[in-house]
Amino acid sequence: MAGFFLRRLAQSLLILLGVSMITFVLLYWLPADPVRQIAGRSATPQTVENIRQQLGLDQPLWVQYWRYLGGLVQGDLGRSYLQKTEVSTLIASRLPASLLLMAGAIFAELLIGLSMGIIAALRRGTVTDQSLMIVSFIGVSAPQFVVGLLLLYVFAVQLGWFPIGGYGTFAHLVLPSMTLGILGSGWYSRMMRSSMIEVLRQDYIRTARAKGLNRMRIIFRHALPNAILPIIAMIGIDIGIFMGGIVVVESVFGWPGIGQLAWQAIQRVDIPIIMGVTLVSATAIVIGNLLADFISMIVDPRIRTR
Amino acid sequence: MNDENNKLFGAQAPKSPSDTGLVLRVDHLAVSVNTEAGLKPLVHGLSFDLRRGETLAIAGESGSGKSLTSLAIMGLLPPPAVRVTGGSILFGQQELTTLGENALRQIRGNRIAMIFQEPMTSLNPVMKIGAQLAEAICAHEAISFQDARVRALEALKSVRLSEPEKRLDQFPHELSGGMRQRVMIAMAIALKPDILIADEPTTALDVTVQREVLDLLRDLQHEMGTAVILITHDMGVVAEMADRVLVMKGGHFVEENDVVSLFSNPQQAYTRDLLGAVPTLGDGSGVTRAGKPDESTLVAELENVVVQFDVRSGILGRITHRVHAVENVSLNICKGEIFSLVGESGCGKSTIAKAMVGLVKHSGRIRINGNEISAPHGEMTNQVRRDIQMVFQDPMASLDPRMRVGELVREPLVIHGVGTMREQKEKVDYLFERVGLSRDQTERYPHEFSGGQRQRICIARALALNPKLIIADESVSALDVTVQAKVLELLKELVSEMGVSFLFISHDMAVVENISDRVGVMYLGQIVEMGSCRQIFGTPRHSYTKKLISAVPTPDPNRERQPLARLVGDVPSPVKPLNETVSHVELKNVGNGHMIAVEGTIGQSNN
Repeated sequence: MAGFFLRRLAQSLLILLGVSMITFVLLYWLPADPVRQIAGRSATPQTVENIRQQLGLDQPLWVQYWRYLGGLVQGDLGRSYLQKTEVSTLIASRLPASLLLMAGAIFAELLIGLSMGIIAALRRGTVTDQSLMIVSFIGVSAPQFVVGLLLLYVFAVQLGWFPIGGYGTFAHLVLPSMTLGILGSGWYSRMMRSSMIEVLRQDYIRTARAKGLNRMRIIFRHALPNAILPIIAMIGIDIGIFMGGIVVVESVFGWPGIGQLAWQAIQRVDIPIIMGVTLVSATAIVIGNLLADFISMIVDPRIRTR
Repeated sequence: MNDENNKLFGAQAPKSPSDTGLVLRVDHLAVSVNTEAGLKPLVHGLSFDLRRGETLAIAGESGSGKSLTSLAIMGLLPPPAVRVTGGSILFGQQELTTLGENALRQIRGNRIAMIFQEPMTSLNPVMKIGAQLAEAICAHEAISFQDARVRALEALKSVRLSEPEKRLDQFPHELSGGMRQRVMIAMAIALKPDILIADEPTTALDVTVQREVLDLLRDLQHEMGTAVILITHDMGVVAEMADRVLVMKGGHFVEENDVVSLFSNPQQAYTRDLLGAVPTLGDGSGVTRAGKPDESTLVAELENVVVQFDVRSGILGRITHRVHAVENVSLNICKGEIFSLVGESGCGKSTIAKAMVGLVKHSGRIRINGNEISAPHGEMTNQVRRDIQMVFQDPMASLDPRMRVGELVREPLVIHGVGTMREQKEKVDYLFERVGLSRDQTERYPHEFSGGQRQRICIARALALNPKLIIADESVSALDVTVQAKVLELLKELVSEMGVSFLFISHDMAVVENISDRVGVMYLGQIVEMGSCRQIFGTPRHSYTKKLISAVPTPDPNRERQPLARLVGDVPSPVKPLNETVSHVELKNVGNGHMIAVEGTIGQSNN
């Protein structure tokens, strides 16, 4: 098992290296010139050239990349062109907010999605099942900014239950988490439903019934742990989808996370920040997948012995 | 178990009014399924009694309603479509058909317990054995989980499972099929039920394991006096286990009698057919077939064939272990011969078949009709592919459900570009008639046929290219005995008329004896005995062959079976560390081509 994880860890590092390379090249090819953004409209060609040299942007691509990697190894993500601060400091100050939002969203989508899926599977073919699946379909298809604005209008503006935006208390967390979670819960409820239906058909469920166990024990002790196995792997992949959603949701709710940071940096071609956020997101996705594998191993003894 | 258990047993059993020992009375039971066209009856007015301490076998082929009957007694019919639509099931004085779910649950697993066919899938894969046993006990008795574990351990000991303490903390996938079925039995008897329903309890097991499980069931019943309902299609198992037999067909009662009378004097035509179709083990002299194998022409020559699979593990994924699936197998098959490979699961018989059609890499030489099939990395030539064809175990799974059966049979001709469209269609029509179907069925789809007919289609497809050799890998194992007998007859005809040879792979000793010219017995990847059918079944020499033959249940209730020496544990594993080699058995000719392995040279290195 330790061997398996060391191997996966090595693979993860390779993935991150690949991500850094691709992002770096893409940003290098970007038609917008970051130096012009820094120097401002009135700068002389000489000033522009000086700044270019200062930032090392006159060097060939591979030299720039090599330097960047050198810094990366020491934990240095470079300095922001415009904010004149270390990128790592900027990200560190905003990461907790984003992680909190992600945790809230995962909790929301699992809570809503899994319960919907389980209920639909147990009431398979009934009106309850069909209504739940229609709801989940709406959840999957509704764009996040629409869902976000709708929730804001109903629960913040009309009902006043939650603050309109900002960060700080639990109440601030609810609406952004729900916005992210509603999309995910649509997916999870569908997956959970089919997984549960599949498991309920298995011979060991019949065995459990033949033992005379009560319904609740059959569902929660026998069916659920088996049905949830494919879902766990899904959560790992999900973190990637969140990273995309976070940019939109953080803007809608004024949530001071890395999504907002990235959005501002993209508009101003602040390449070190874009690089930094991309790498941090990629790391989050990789860690998420590793965690998912690890949890699968704990839950499923058949993987453990491999 | 001891006397105390005997006294305990039945303490809670409902006393019947006349106290004739009646435990269960099924009266005009009807089970139906709700379809769009209305209620469709599956079991029609079945009645029978079950008394304390007796074994009632319900025998029948697929679709006879025997399993539905047992599920109806347990209240486990798949809801909401299938349900009891008439009659009564009286357990003591309790009517089960109208009992609510909660009351039924008190009885299930406690007073009436059940063992199922598939030990591999009947246990929860993510729960430890001990927990699965203990929860069954906790569900019915107010004791702590720890006490229940102690009881679970006792139950595991009573089913003679090796290392019972260790098993409590293992997961199902760490146990073999036979061990899992023991766990299922332990679970069922832990609460000393009044009735034990065993639904095809040994069908999925190897014959030597089946033997042990049957012995175990009989011993336990003897000790505990439980009434047993044994659901089975295997008349051999019926003859060995049952006191009384009830025969069912298509949901209808056919006849019921005590086991000796039923076998010696069946009253109904169907019972006679069923008993007649059962292949019985003799001394190998029973093979009758027109024509003789042409020993001068070899269609398959295997020389020192080895198939190994690497097992990778560790950080770098290095090869640390090797599965020795096939080790040093040499054999020849002549023109017009049926050569059988027998052995238990994992012995490598199917791997040989895969190597012969180039589906797995091998070392050593394999020649089909004189042409060497590819070296490990090369491609097989089309000529070799035409000469060798396969028929698999599951006919439904091996026919594309979206293609018409005529097209399925024509496909090999299309792939190899044989003949014009019209010639191909004529060939298909001919083949359909040859395998006992009619030419107007070619436009239908696979689901419109029965299991036996589908297997005939697979055989027609295998015949399309006029192959020299057909490999039949467990091709009749999934068929009912009456259908099986007819398909076996067809295979024999094909050999006589078309001169095709068969490599017949089976775990069923009786079937092998009834069809083969020559037989090879495999154990742990090697052939331990090989010879003519008469030599193998008449004068078996190797101890493993003897064990296999003596383990087969005989469909004769009067036969006194010799007690079988208890086997110690399971078959040794063919997975070995890299540095460990497998000792090859030496085959010695003891006359007339009867080859036997020198004893004591196999399977000992790792234990």
